[in-house]
Amino acid sequence: MLKYSLKRICLALVTLWVIITLTFLLMHSIPGNPFAQEGSMPKAVYDNLQSYYNLDKPLLTQYGLYLQSLLQLDFGPSLKSSSISVNDYIKNGFPISLHLGAQAMVIAITFGLIFGVIASLNRNKWPDYVAMVLAIIGISVPNFILATILINYLAVEWHLFPVATWKSWSHTVLPSIALAMMPMAYIARLMRSSMLEVLSQDYILTAKSKGLSRYSVIFKHAIRNAMLPIVTVLGILIANLVTGSFIIESIFGIPGMGEMFVKGIFNRDYPVILGSTIFYSAILIFLILIVDLAYTWIDPRIKVPGGRK
Amino acid sequence: MNKKPKLTKDMFLPVDNDFKEAEKIARPSLSYWADVWIRLRENRLAMIGLITIIVLIIMAIIGPYLNSYTFYEQDFTKKNLRPNAEHWFGTDSSGRDLFTRAWYGARISLFIGFMAAFIDFVIGVFYGGISGIRGGKTDNIMMRIAEVLYAIPFLLMVILIMIVLERGLWSIIIAMSITGWIQMARLVRGQVLQLKENEFVQAATAMGASTSWILRKHMIPNTMGPILVNITLSVPTAIFVEATLSFLGLGIPAPQASWGTMASDALGSILIGNFYQLMIPAALISLTMFAFNVFGDGLRDALDPKLRK
Amino acid sequence: MKKKLGSTLILILSTFFVLSGCFGGGTTKEPASNDSGKPSDETEETAPKVLRLNNSSEPGSLHPGTAQGTHDSWILEHAFEGLTKKTPEGEIIQGMAEEWETSEDGLTWTFHLRDGIHWSNGDPVTATDFEYAWKYALNPESASTYAYQLYYLEGGQEFNEGKAGEDGVGVTATDEKTLEVKLAQPTPYFLDLTSFYTYYPINQKVQEDNPEWYQEADTYVSNGAFKLTEWKHKESIKLAKNEHYYEQDKINLDEVHFVIIDDENTAWQMYQAGELDLVYPLPQDVQGQLMANNDPEFVAGPDLSVYYYNINNNVKPFNNPKVRKALSMAIERQTIVDHVAQGGQPPAYSVVPPGIPDVNGDYQENTGKLFEENLDEAKKLLEEGLAEEGMDQIPNFTLTYNTSEGHKAIAEAVQEMWRKNLGIEMTLENVEFQVKLDREKAGDYTISRAGWVGDYVDPMTFMDLWVTDGPYNDADWSNAEYDKLVQTAKTTMDQEVRMKAMHDAEKILMDEMPILPIYFYTKPFTVKPNVTGIYTPINRYPQFIYADIE
Repeated sequence: MLKYSLKRICLALVTLWVIITLTFLLMHSIPGNPFAQEGSMPKAVYDNLQSYYNLDKPLLTQYGLYLQSLLQLDFGPSLKSSSISVNDYIKNGFPISLHLGAQAMVIAITFGLIFGVIASLNRNKWPDYVAMVLAIIGISVPNFILATILINYLAVEWHLFPVATWKSWSHTVLPSIALAMMPMAYIARLMRSSMLEVLSQDYILTAKSKGLSRYSVIFKHAIRNAMLPIVTVLGILIANLVTGSFIIESIFGIPGMGEMFVKGIFNRDYPVILGSTIFYSAILIFLILIVDLAYTWIDPRIKVPGGRK
Repeated sequence: MNKKPKLTKDMFLPVDNDFKEAEKIARPSLSYWADVWIRLRENRLAMIGLITIIVLIIMAIIGPYLNSYTFYEQDFTKKNLRPNAEHWFGTDSSGRDLFTRAWYGARISLFIGFMAAFIDFVIGVFYGGISGIRGGKTDNIMMRIAEVLYAIPFLLMVILIMIVLERGLWSIIIAMSITGWIQMARLVRGQVLQLKENEFVQAATAMGASTSWILRKHMIPNTMGPILVNITLSVPTAIFVEATLSFLGLGIPAPQASWGTMASDALGSILIGNFYQLMIPAALISLTMFAFNVFGDGLRDALDPKLRK
Repeated sequence: MKKKLGSTLILILSTFFVLSGCFGGGTTKEPASNDSGKPSDETEETAPKVLRLNNSSEPGSLHPGTAQGTHDSWILEHAFEGLTKKTPEGEIIQGMAEEWETSEDGLTWTFHLRDGIHWSNGDPVTATDFEYAWKYALNPESASTYAYQLYYLEGGQEFNEGKAGEDGVGVTATDEKTLEVKLAQPTPYFLDLTSFYTYYPINQKVQEDNPEWYQEADTYVSNGAFKLTEWKHKESIKLAKNEHYYEQDKINLDEVHFVIIDDENTAWQMYQAGELDLVYPLPQDVQGQLMANNDPEFVAGPDLSVYYYNINNNVKPFNNPKVRKALSMAIERQTIVDHVAQGGQPPAYSVVPPGIPDVNGDYQENTGKLFEENLDEAKKLLEEGLAEEGMDQIPNFTLTYNTSEGHKAIAEAVQEMWRKNLGIEMTLENVEFQVKLDREKAGDYTISRAGWVGDYVDPMTFMDLWVTDGPYNDADWSNAEYDKLVQTAKTTMDQEVRMKAMHDAEKILMDEMPILPIYFYTKPFTVKPNVTGIYTPINRYPQFIYADIE
């Protein structure tokens, strides 16, 4: 098991390297220039900027320099903000995005599972319909619309919460809800269908016929097995939550990491694009790793290649 | 007591009928898909979903021709009109007819949704299925490749590709498909891995069934449920990603409309009390989601071999 | 070997995650630590007077020398002060300098600093600080974006291009209080430039002790009415009254709080909910509604800027002035201004915006309309122009604009007007700002949206744009007579000759129509009624230096 895990981690690092290289190339192939500016920037000024950030060097040299600083965990400077480096961006922004994402994920998982289980146990009865209508609403309203509506009514009209910024806990409520709706609905639907699948399995029938209580059939057998597809998508849901939060962060003026990539790419701020892609990819790879390991834990029937024999 | 039945000769006459008659199936023989259709038809909610989808498609085709307006014609003397007899859905802030724009947008949004879901489905099932069934080294290599793509956060990748590609309908679909299929592939692989350990598959393998036979007769019918649920979610996801791209200014080029661009254009309208401009695209997206979800659920039940009567 | 590499990488990765864990633990927010706010020292019994604003983006650099533009300028303009400053009426008055004189040829300027001027850390502001700051910005190693604003100095451009040393730069502190400036050529608007942020001083001692002084609030030292007290990157910025400022008794505000909000809708909603006192910029729809309702909180401040479309003069049939004029005449500017831009902008029938003084009166008013919108004339011109180019209709072409809801709405309207009025079919395309600029420079466009904000209050900042091979002449238009007139205006100090030359040049420009002016920008913002004393100099953000809260 340990050997398997180590092997997976090595592979993950190779993956990361491939991503760094791919992003580096892709990034330099996008049209546009970080220092382009409306107006008459004399060539001298432009050249000074290029050489200041080593952008006048050959691409391969830039790549080498970048990998070198990356090994020292230095993501480099931002081309657009001389006051904060990319490391600062991550250091300041990630805890905030994580806080927002975690809060949203807790809401999404809790309510998603509850709705999903309730719906599946009351199939084609009113609790099923109510839960699924909620899920459909959650899934069908894009989060930028939801955020605007939440602000307009809960904050501007009724003054229940502050409109925007990230100052106190009450500031975090609206963005967390706006962010949680989509994954919640997704989990609820997936859980419902997965539960229905499991409930029709023979081992559930066996458990029932052995006289196990409804409680233990549902909680010990059904839910545990029904969670398998949820775990599969959980990794990507969390990653989407953290990366997808840029719209929410930009609407609510939250100084997280989410909008870093989008701003970076529109400004052609190369170190920021690379830094955020690498950082997100590292998180995602890490999550996939966890999911894979969790898979073997939840479903003992899946054999680990090269693992226990 | 010891009265024995008298054996007569006529008791030993050969059966004049073909003995195969005994094996005759009383019910008319139905193919798998015919059976699915029968059961689907009995599910009223699923049929409502199906009819809604068909109506939406029909409206997307004929809707823009139902009145005399075009999706691009502006009339500033008639801007921001609420729904009325002349403009059934009202007009937007440039005085364009929202009824025409809504159905023109339906064309684009539905097309993007269907195409993206279709590409995801084809590549995902193919890739995930092979990877799962073959297992071992093939699985390992295929999953590593997928992992590299998968580990680049989806939305970041889509945005990056959208920037590199020229703006347009197909670049949106391509950008979404480049990494969109991976989730499907992973889901299929997960299901296949789980099924592979099931007794009926092991029995088939032991009896020397070919991979394609196992795939056709066991894997596809048994994985169809989760796959279909995933497809019904792929369509909205694609419509959503398109909306998000529109919000970032990477959507369909103006003055064309999609539900996403309509929604993001209308965001400002909520600030000045013209909520209907946002409600129209939002309601259409919701209706589409609802239809796909209930239809997907019905289809899932109908396809489930275990629920066969 | 492979194993070793693997384990090293594992170590790196694990360190990485441990670190990210540290970030998570270390920076956790304590709720409610902000809104309570530290009470300011100066306040007696009354609550501190705090003005709450939004800056739409994290400032790129709050160093006068390396500032990157609009997101930085609002804060810099209040934290620093140059040799001169502007009154609410737009008049240039003494700032750090008390008086100045010019040599007869207009090439040498001598500034005498006023007494009792101090940095926010108590150091006196000296003439050396100015000399040091200007040379710092021009130094190629500083990689300053706005260094070219100092090219007016003798030897400035050469130093920035690395062709000459800093000793040749025409700025010297002859003593603590006297600054002598030598210009490369006579510049009638030089005084206006000295109020621009690239001309602000920096504290030499602070800069030399800690080159990163401008990156955090703790080490920030400035010489203006306000000082930086808190800077939460990408989140908020706080300014407080600078007790070392020489006119501090005229400053009524105790603190100014900026939040960094990118989304215009959100900023407006914060204003509605009472979380902001002044909001700029506003969403277009909201502007329209506020204008229509004559909302007393709405102000459409003047701006020194023109919105126009570039035409690539090398693309057939747009090389023909008749075709360009036809396009221009078929745009209904008043409709665009009233229904799309919705900020009370004056429609543009010339390129130099209002608000620049002429010899007598306003320059733009004296110019008047240099052409008329006329559909019949437009159709006629288009037909003639196309015939001259041997075409019977305009081939489908593309209008490129940088991604923004506002530019999109205007482009859609223009597309419709050309379709309806001239029967022209064309396509719209939106690209990011950086891409648009690149393509304009490369001539890879047909029509593109553009805008120009004047660097200083003089028509030259606009007229200079379209000289042959000018760096921002993206239309690639060339006219010898125009060049000659601009050159005349550049080399004389005689205002009457200058202004006449520029008026004549502008007529030629609008006759040939290499660009299509659409409207002159305004600066629409809203401010709460209890805030007084906000004013908007023509090429600046709303100024709050003398603002008060009742």
